[in-house]
Amino acid sequence: MYSFIAELSRWAIPALLLMVPLVAMARGVKVFEVFVEGAEKGFSTAIKTIPYLVAMMVSINIFRASGAMEVLVSALSPALGLFGFPAELLPHAVMRPLSGGAALGIATDIIAAHGPDSLTGRLVSTMQGTSDTTFYVLTLYFGSVGVFRYRYAIYSGLAADLTTLIASVYIVNKLYA
Amino acid sequence: MVNLIWLGMIVFGILTAAANGNIEVVTRAALEGANNAVKTSLSLIAIITFWLGVMKLAEEAGIVSFLAGLVAPLLRLLFPSIPRDHPAMGAIIMNISANILGLGNAATPMGLIAMQEMQKLNRGDQRTATEAMCTFLALNTACITLIPTTIIGIRMLHGSADPTEVVGTTIFATACGMTVAVVADRVFRAIYSGPGRS
Repeated sequence: MYSFIAELSRWAIPALLLMVPLVAMARGVKVFEVFVEGAEKGFSTAIKTIPYLVAMMVSINIFRASGAMEVLVSALSPALGLFGFPAELLPHAVMRPLSGGAALGIATDIIAAHGPDSLTGRLVSTMQGTSDTTFYVLTLYFGSVGVFRYRYAIYSGLAADLTTLIASVYIVNKLYA
Repeated sequence: MVNLIWLGMIVFGILTAAANGNIEVVTRAALEGANNAVKTSLSLIAIITFWLGVMKLAEEAGIVSFLAGLVAPLLRLLFPSIPRDHPAMGAIIMNISANILGLGNAATPMGLIAMQEMQKLNRGDQRTATEAMCTFLALNTACITLIPTTIIGIRMLHGSADPTEVVGTTIFATACGMTVAVVADRVFRAIYSGPGRS
């Protein structure tokens, strides 16, 4: 099953890149011209995200580098211990929605220290694989269209993140503890 | 909410740095963050330009509306405000498929295309998120993942006996997350209903 999915994901993009222009050509689309026409807006779309990302990443970086994140982690630690959540994984859980690179760094350290096949290693692997950098995604996606009133998007995103985290802890403990 | 989180992180960060006696960290961290943000945006130019071109081809060739037709019932349920044949539907499908397959490089530009298409349908204030956008982002931050590519690589690097065994736990946890994302989105949509409220 896994190898099938892995093959599928390896072939998906090349197959798409073969199929799309061929079908377009067969339908009488001027492939080169249309591609360029579509690609025209790539630059402005990417550039438009700069102020939004700068604002968000400055704030996240100050929070992280100042040691404020560790303060938050140690404040939350006792409460989470009650749910069988290992304290050494808390920095990862807090960092995951804020910074993809930082979370990956923490996950790598934990895997290196505890071993990939330990309970902690399996849990952090699952946590890293299951969640996304919610704040980055929100900032980038909304920024690219100039939206800055997110309404409830941030709540449903964080509710889902929290669920994924609880589900990860539950399933890894159930299967491997 | 986003204003509060943003300000909170800065204020709490600066106060912590001051209390720890390393206030000089703040300026460096701020500039480093800004620098990383610009680098991220610049590195997006190439992939967004490329995928915008591919998507335009797929749209003109009728592939996008074909795909949208295949999963129309499901998408109509999730995105009632988007017309059936609208290009936003196609981009949403492509984005979610790429997310499921763990193809982050393709998922992001598809997502941005979907956002642009949804913005065209925004009849209210252009600076306020529409319901469809909120649903889309909820799905995006909590999408079912079949292959967590990066972490499998790291497990392999550290000599795991079975690097891919996290695939099962990942699918389980993301399925739970996605379910809650859809439900939470519905609940919040009902609470917030009425355009323009923030």
